[in-house]
Amino acid sequence: MLKYVAKRLAQSVLTLLIITAIVFSLMRLMPIEGYFQNFEKLDQNQIQVALKSMGLLDPLPIQLKNFFLQLFQGNLGNSLIYRPNVPVMDIIGAKAPVSIFMGLASMAIALLLGLPLGTAMARGKSKFWDKFGTAFIVFITAVPAAVYYLLVQLYFTDWLGLPILFSASDPSSWILPTISLSLGNIAYYAMWLRRYMVDELNKDYIRLARAKGVNGKNIMKKHVFRNAFVPMVQYLPTSLLYTIAGSIYIESLYSVPGMGGLLVNVIQRQDNNMVQALVLIYSAIGIVGLLLGDVLMNLMDPRISFSKKGGAR
Amino acid sequence: MALRHKKVAAVEDSINQSFQNLSDKELFEFSDFDEGAAERTGYSNYSYWRSTFQVFLKNKLAVFLLFLIGIILLFTFIQPVLPGQRSATQIFNNASGMQLRNLQPGSEFWFGTNSIGQDLWSRVWSGTRTSLLIGFAVALSEAVLGILMGILWGYVRKLDRILTEIYNVLDNIPQTVVLILFSYIMRPSVSTLIFAMCLTGWLDMARFIRNQIVIIRDRDYNLASRCLGTPTRRIMLRNLLPYLVSVIMLRMALAIPAAIGNEVFLTYIGLGLPVSIPSLGNLINEGRVLMTSAALRYQLFFPAIALSVVTISFYIIGNAFADASDPKNHV
Repeated sequence: MLKYVAKRLAQSVLTLLIITAIVFSLMRLMPIEGYFQNFEKLDQNQIQVALKSMGLLDPLPIQLKNFFLQLFQGNLGNSLIYRPNVPVMDIIGAKAPVSIFMGLASMAIALLLGLPLGTAMARGKSKFWDKFGTAFIVFITAVPAAVYYLLVQLYFTDWLGLPILFSASDPSSWILPTISLSLGNIAYYAMWLRRYMVDELNKDYIRLARAKGVNGKNIMKKHVFRNAFVPMVQYLPTSLLYTIAGSIYIESLYSVPGMGGLLVNVIQRQDNNMVQALVLIYSAIGIVGLLLGDVLMNLMDPRISFSKKGGAR
Repeated sequence: MALRHKKVAAVEDSINQSFQNLSDKELFEFSDFDEGAAERTGYSNYSYWRSTFQVFLKNKLAVFLLFLIGIILLFTFIQPVLPGQRSATQIFNNASGMQLRNLQPGSEFWFGTNSIGQDLWSRVWSGTRTSLLIGFAVALSEAVLGILMGILWGYVRKLDRILTEIYNVLDNIPQTVVLILFSYIMRPSVSTLIFAMCLTGWLDMARFIRNQIVIIRDRDYNLASRCLGTPTRRIMLRNLLPYLVSVIMLRMALAIPAAIGNEVFLTYIGLGLPVSIPSLGNLINEGRVLMTSAALRYQLFFPAIALSVVTISFYIIGNAFADASDPKNHV
């Protein structure tokens, strides 16, 4: 197992380097107008000077070499346009905690509501909870998030008398954004848990347990839930780590000063250093999350093995 | 479970009844061997697709929604040529040349007008047409590319390492970067948007198919086929693909609402279609700006309702069809 993890990690580093190199090159394909807010007013000379100061006039391989040299020294550079000359890590460091706290809170809510909902749906097929849950899941997964987030903000702020805008010190302003953020995950967890549990309920060992006389509650808790939860474990590390990314809709609707939309924003403003740093962070999270998920799954269910070689060609 | 008990009980009842009609003498006599009757039990006119449709037709809600979508689809195309319909992009002025801005829904403008005096009714229909077109096109090309790559990725062991690496790289390049670059190279239009969405959209499908293939590729029947020397191509098309019909159907049906939702998202971050081409994303975005004033909320509601009806219908139809195409649910 350890050998496998080490190998995967080494491979991940290579993948990360390729991703950053590609994104780096793609950003250099952007038209130079994007680097200036008042492009029409500048003369050719000023433009050349500014481009040179950003190091954009060197040939691409040399730019790439400089970037990687800096990166290995742990220096992600300064923001160019978003907040000029502020170190990239400072900007991210100031914004990330808000998104992480909100994301963690919403994940906790999603797990606390989604898992019981999924269990209730699996237990009583075609009973009230199943119908209610199905309707909820269909609505949340089919309707784009942009629409139901708007509806939540529109009505619940009035009905519950909650503040429309976010402020970190006011706990009541956390409620709506956090709950909206968790809606999608509640539906997701409930849907998959129900499906895995129903699959599990039809297996022979459950029938045996029933025949043995184990009561329904214990079958659900000790056999069905534990086995059904294994495939879901794989998503948890990724979603946990991705809480840092925030949500672009939620954060712009409630004006939360978090990370949501930061990547889109800096890409549009062509702040190369910011883009590279964010892409590096996000893709590292994606890759590490996947690896952690596999490891966690292996820990929960030792029958799943990744080092084994199958027989297909 | 309850359903099965009912069925079993019904069969038992019918057997009991047919026995009751026989006298004791008949019951304890050997019956003659009837070749025709023996063959009847061995014969089945089972057809996969017919059973699929039969099961699907039993789901009343899904059939109703299929009709609804059919009618909506038809209507988006005939609406512009119907008499008395207005153009979706024309700005209407009143007698003194003022724009008819933010008119409430009424008998003249059924859904009211928007903030620059365009007819919301025809804009919603035109937008639904655009969004459906995007949804269909993206889902179809995602399916074709995704299935092809997914099968190769899952079944051909030599390709696994390379394709996994390619997937990891492509999956982590932000869609925004790709879209911005494309909007510089090509003019923003429906086809540009579809192209850019397909460029990254097939990845999910490919990974999904790959995971499914990995699960079934070493089942005994595939092993047997390989031992018999069946060409790889034939194994892929005849052994693997038919097994996956139901999950592929589900993914495809879900890809349509997802593509429509993605269009809304792209419009939201300012990379969508130009305002001159109405789409549901555009309309919702326009409506969102006016959300704070209660009187103008109809401009958000009408497109949002149209969008929800379309996406929910596709979701339910897709689920029903996926259930129906699973042979386990056939009679």
